[in-house]
Amino acid sequence: MTAFLAAAVIAGTPLLFATLGELITEKAGNLNLGVEGMMLMGAVMGFGVGLWTGNPFLAIIGAIGAGAAGAAIYAVLTVSLRANQVVTGLTLTIFGTGFASFVGKSFMGVPAPASVKSAFVTLEIPLLSKIPVFGPMLFQQDIFIYFGYLITIGASLYLWKTKKGLNLKALGENAAAADASGINVNLYKYVHIIFGGALCGLGGAYMSLVTVPVWQENVVAGRGWIAVALVIFASWKPSKAMVGAILFGGLNILGYRLQSMGIHISQYLLDMVPYVATILIVIISTRKNRKEDMGPADLSNPYFREER
Amino acid sequence: MIKITKRAELPKKQEALINAFAIIFSIVCAGLVILILGYNPVKIFHQIIVGALGTEMRIQQTILKAIPLLITSLGIAIAFKMKFWNIGGEGQIIMGAFGASLVALNIPPAVPSAITLLAMSGSAIFFGGLWAFIPAFFKAKMGTNETIFTLMMNYIAIKWVTYLQYGPWKDPASQGFPKIANFEANAILPSLFGVHIGWVIALVLVALIYIFMNHTKKGFEIAVVGESIQTARYAGMNINAVIITAMLISGGLCGMAGMIQASAIERTLTSALSGGYGFTAIITTWLGRLSPPIIMFVCFAFAILLQGGAYLQIAMSVPAAVADMIQGIILFFVLGSEFFLQYKVGFALKSKKKEVA
Repeated sequence: MTAFLAAAVIAGTPLLFATLGELITEKAGNLNLGVEGMMLMGAVMGFGVGLWTGNPFLAIIGAIGAGAAGAAIYAVLTVSLRANQVVTGLTLTIFGTGFASFVGKSFMGVPAPASVKSAFVTLEIPLLSKIPVFGPMLFQQDIFIYFGYLITIGASLYLWKTKKGLNLKALGENAAAADASGINVNLYKYVHIIFGGALCGLGGAYMSLVTVPVWQENVVAGRGWIAVALVIFASWKPSKAMVGAILFGGLNILGYRLQSMGIHISQYLLDMVPYVATILIVIISTRKNRKEDMGPADLSNPYFREER
Repeated sequence: MIKITKRAELPKKQEALINAFAIIFSIVCAGLVILILGYNPVKIFHQIIVGALGTEMRIQQTILKAIPLLITSLGIAIAFKMKFWNIGGEGQIIMGAFGASLVALNIPPAVPSAITLLAMSGSAIFFGGLWAFIPAFFKAKMGTNETIFTLMMNYIAIKWVTYLQYGPWKDPASQGFPKIANFEANAILPSLFGVHIGWVIALVLVALIYIFMNHTKKGFEIAVVGESIQTARYAGMNINAVIITAMLISGGLCGMAGMIQASAIERTLTSALSGGYGFTAIITTWLGRLSPPIIMFVCFAFAILLQGGAYLQIAMSVPAAVADMIQGIILFFVLGSEFFLQYKVGFALKSKKKEVA
């Protein structure tokens, strides 16, 4: 059981990074459906740089850069040129998928280099790892996963405790009002969209370097789309995003576990559960009409000062 | 200081000029990227055209790709006209194919083809429509966010058919290989001029949807709801009924595309049958400015890129990924250029801050 929970945390980590990235993007009022594409760009650059240099640090930088570059294209088009966000995001996914299979063509089936993998060995955290159940689940993991915790806490503090974070939320709620109060709307949007893309790139790199440590085409396998759903599941709260990521990560591996225990439920039916759950959450949160569970009010509306 | 102002109505000639410029510019930029990747861009573009239009058979292949894209785009156009962001085309295609297969796999082979195909179409339209009705119902009654809802419905549909393919519907005759039984001859669409008659259906639908959107009361109501819910309410329209009707048509059309793919292309049901058409159609619909005749041309142009890209892989062993990247780059530029259609960019000598109203 504990082993399963620990595996769920590992399976949930790429989701956590991507979900936080999309969450921050959406807080800036932009819906970026290019998460899958940015994760793939991060996955291939993380893996490729790791392979060429053997340096885990550079690999991570490569992944961050690739995700951020994808997000930057999206930002130019949707913020400065006011293109439709849904269409631009989908295009980014097409581009990212092509980019990843093109760059990754030469190392198809190659395992991640040992020097990079060694950076992701399990590090037990003293004291905390001795807590029953939660210790082995949360604190006998690799450094990447701990970094995920830090980003989660950091994002929560940023969004609720700092002036910049509060400005960001104001901007997502009503860009015109935020502009009138002196917030540089476009700058905020650019910074947060690109930061969100960097996190998506990191999530992708975790897939190619740790979860599936062999390069294969479409290594992200639809997790970018789950991340888009998870943002809603989490009602735009980083702490809930973490719970959701572990839950969805667990569901992803549950079918195989159950089968090894002799319980035969089709993995394909279990795979439906996260999506059905997300729909139910969307319905319930709309029904309750609780303001704090809803998304940013100005989400996916382009903002143009002269049209105010 | 750069000054941006919204354009009033643009003369048709100038609009065409900007559009043409955007396409040429995007092709040049895509060419530069191809050059950086180490290929000869002129040769690549030439091969794409040759691969898509070079022989009669290749033209047929291109048309085969354009058919599902066009029918799905028409469905999506109706939803988008209402500003209902239906990104569930993929799932609606798959559920349409499921509906068609439900009939095809259970009907006796002796039933005449015309009856079988009609029953399959009806069932496909029903299930495609159902898949769009569910999010439309919640949108109308409660105001739920349809973007995420329709997106999730895609995955449920794909997993459902995968489940059938690996489980209850697995063909016992396929020796353990997870596939669903092939359709009997009476469930397969006939051909006309070497291409299955889906192309006739698609052309008829272009005309019908054009008339529906521009010359009927319901079509007008959909446009009004898209423009402003307040206006629609003030005019006494039953908004919920408009949303649900529009989405039933939208999903029904996508379902029809699924039926055509299952019947004429796959001749069975597979979870990969939608082939991303549901997502690509969103792009073609948008670029086609929600107008059926323009969408038709955009879909054909896209089919050329798809078929030409597939040909590149065989003829020049250029990875299919390059075609995806080119497609992405061209799209980025076309999306970016729309800005210049709507806004005028000029240089103001003195930066004048706009007064806050």
